[in-house]
Amino acid sequence: MREYLPVLMFLAVAIAFAAGTIGLSSIIVPRRSNARKMSAYECGVEPVGNARARFSVKFYLVAVLFILFDIEAVFLYPWAVTFRQLGLVGLIEMMVFIVILLIGYLYLLKKRALEWD
Amino acid sequence: MNVLPTPVLLAVDWWALGAVLALSAGILLLLLLEFFPAQARSNRSAIVALLTLAAAGWSVFHVRDAKREIFGGMFVHDGFTVFFTLLFCAAGALAVLLSWDYVKRTRINQAEYYALLLSATAGMIIMAASNDLITIFLGLELMSLALYVLVGFQRHHLESNEAALKYFLLGAFASGFLLYGIALLYGATGTTGLGQMAAVMIDSPMLGNPLFLLGGLLLIIGFGFKVSAVPFHMWTPDAYEGAPTSITAFMSVGAKAAGFAALLRVLMRAMGDVQADWIPILSGLAILTMTVGNITALLQNNLKRMLAYSSIAHAGYVLIAVVAGGRDGAASALFYLAIYAVMNLGAFGVLTLLGREREERVLISDLAGLGFRHPALGIALTLFMISLGGIPPTAGFMAKVYVFSAALNAGLVPLVIIGVLNSVVAIFYYLRVTVALYMEEPQGEPVYVSWATPGVIALIASVVLTLWWGIQANGLLAAAQRSVLGLL
Repeated sequence: MREYLPVLMFLAVAIAFAAGTIGLSSIIVPRRSNARKMSAYECGVEPVGNARARFSVKFYLVAVLFILFDIEAVFLYPWAVTFRQLGLVGLIEMMVFIVILLIGYLYLLKKRALEWD
Repeated sequence: MNVLPTPVLLAVDWWALGAVLALSAGILLLLLLEFFPAQARSNRSAIVALLTLAAAGWSVFHVRDAKREIFGGMFVHDGFTVFFTLLFCAAGALAVLLSWDYVKRTRINQAEYYALLLSATAGMIIMAASNDLITIFLGLELMSLALYVLVGFQRHHLESNEAALKYFLLGAFASGFLLYGIALLYGATGTTGLGQMAAVMIDSPMLGNPLFLLGGLLLIIGFGFKVSAVPFHMWTPDAYEGAPTSITAFMSVGAKAAGFAALLRVLMRAMGDVQADWIPILSGLAILTMTVGNITALLQNNLKRMLAYSSIAHAGYVLIAVVAGGRDGAASALFYLAIYAVMNLGAFGVLTLLGREREERVLISDLAGLGFRHPALGIALTLFMISLGGIPPTAGFMAKVYVFSAALNAGLVPLVIIGVLNSVVAIFYYLRVTVALYMEEPQGEPVYVSWATPGVIALIASVVLTLWWGIQANGLLAAAQRSVLGLL
C-alpha cells in the first residue's frame, strides 16, 4: 500500500486547500450586495427571465450529434501526427473511417436532424 | 527529428472478421438508401437486411475450419465463434422474415428498424468471438443499445415506451455491474485478456481470492441480467410484452444466446481454476431461475408474458449445462441454445401473425378455437409448445436429454432432479395453450390471422427444424461438440 501514500497525501492537500480557501473567503469577504450582483449570471448580459426555464428537447438531439462528431473528429489528430509513418495503409484506413462518418452525416442531413423545425 | 516510435499496423485477417464487416456494410447501405424515399409498404429494407445476414453467415461458414486470433488476441475466430455466428445470423434472418409484414401492420416499417436489428446481431457476434473482457463489453453494449431502441420502436405506444425505459435503466445498471467486475478482475490479475488471465492463475492461484471472487460475482450479475436469470430477471416480462413481437422473438433468442456465449467463454477459458468458487453460485442461480420462471409462468394470461417467464425458465436449464462444465456441458449448452432458438422464434412467430392492423391479440383466451379455424397454425403452435415443454419427438426433448445427461455425468444429481421436476410443472402451462386452441369456445370476436408469405416461410423453417432435430439430432450435437474443442 506504500505506493498509494503520495495519492493520499495529494488528496488531503487538495481537500484542505479547497476547504481552506472557501472557508477563508467566506470569513473575510466584504458583503455589499445590490440587485445587479444578486441577479443570475448570464455571460455579462442582462438576464432575461428565470434560469429554471424548460429547454426544448431539440437541444438534446443537437448536443448528442455534436458530441458524436466532435469525439470522432478527435481521432483525426493522432493520425495527422503519425501521417508519414502510417503511409498509404493509414490513409486508406482513415478514409474508410471518414466515409463511415460521412454516411452518418449525410443520413442525419437527410433526416433533417440539424433543422430546428 | 523523429521522437515518435513507428506505429505498428496490425496484420488483420479480414476473413475472420467477415461477418461483422458484412453486417456493418449492410447497416451503412440501409442508411444510404434512405436518400431514395421508399413507399410505406416497401420491402426494400427487409430484403437488404436478409441479404446482409446471408452474406454474414456465408462469410463465416466459408472459413469455418480456420482458427485465428486477431487484434492482438482480443477477437477469436474458432469453432465456437462460427457456431454462434451462424446461430445469430439464422435467428436474425428468421426475425427479419417475421418482421416483414408485422412492421407494416404496426406502422414501423422503417430502414432504421432493420439497421438496428443488424447492429444488434453484430454486437452478439462480437460477444461470442471476444477473448477479452473489454471486447465482450463492447459487443454487449452494441447489442444492448440497439435492442433498447428496438424495444421502444413503437413510439406512439405507451407500453412500448415503458418497456424500453425499464429495459434501458436496468440494462445500464447491469452494464455498470459488469464493468465494475471487469475492473476488479483486472485489479486482481493485471490483465483483461482471457488467455492471459488463465496464464496468470498458473503462477498465482486465485481460488478464494476476495478481489477475484467479487469481480467474478459482478461479472455473473452482468451476464445474468442479459440472459434473464433470477434474481436479475425483473425487466424481462415487461420488456418482452411491450416490445414489437418480432423483436421479442429476436431478443429472447439472440440476447440470451450471446450472454451465454460470453459467459461460457469466460468461465471455460479464464476461470477453469476457480471452478470451486463459481459452481455453487451458478447452481443456486440455475435452481432459482428454473423454479421462479416456471411457477410465475403458470399464473400468466398474456401469452407474451407467459413466454417471457418460460424463456427465464429455459435460461435456468442452460445454466445447468454451464454448471456441468467440461466438453459435454458446454456442448449441451450450445445444443440447447440452438434448439431453443428455433422453437422460441417459432412460438413468437405465431404471435406475430395474430391480429390485424394495429391490433395485438396476445391473450391466451384469444387463441380459443383457433386450432379449428386455422389448423396449420394450430398444429405449428402446438408443436412449439410441446417442444418448449420438452415432450418427444420434438427437438426440445432432445435438448433437455443432453443437458440433463451432461449434468448427471458431472455428478449433479440434485440439480437434475430439480430440473426434471420443473419440466413437469412447465408442461402444465404449455398445454394450457393447446387446450385453448382446441377445447375452448371463442369469447367475443375471434382473432384475425394476418397471413404473410415471409412469416409463413419462417414458421415452416422453424417447424421443420424443431421436428428434424427431434428425430435426427446427431448432426447438430456433433457440430456443438466440435465447436467447444477450442475452449478447453
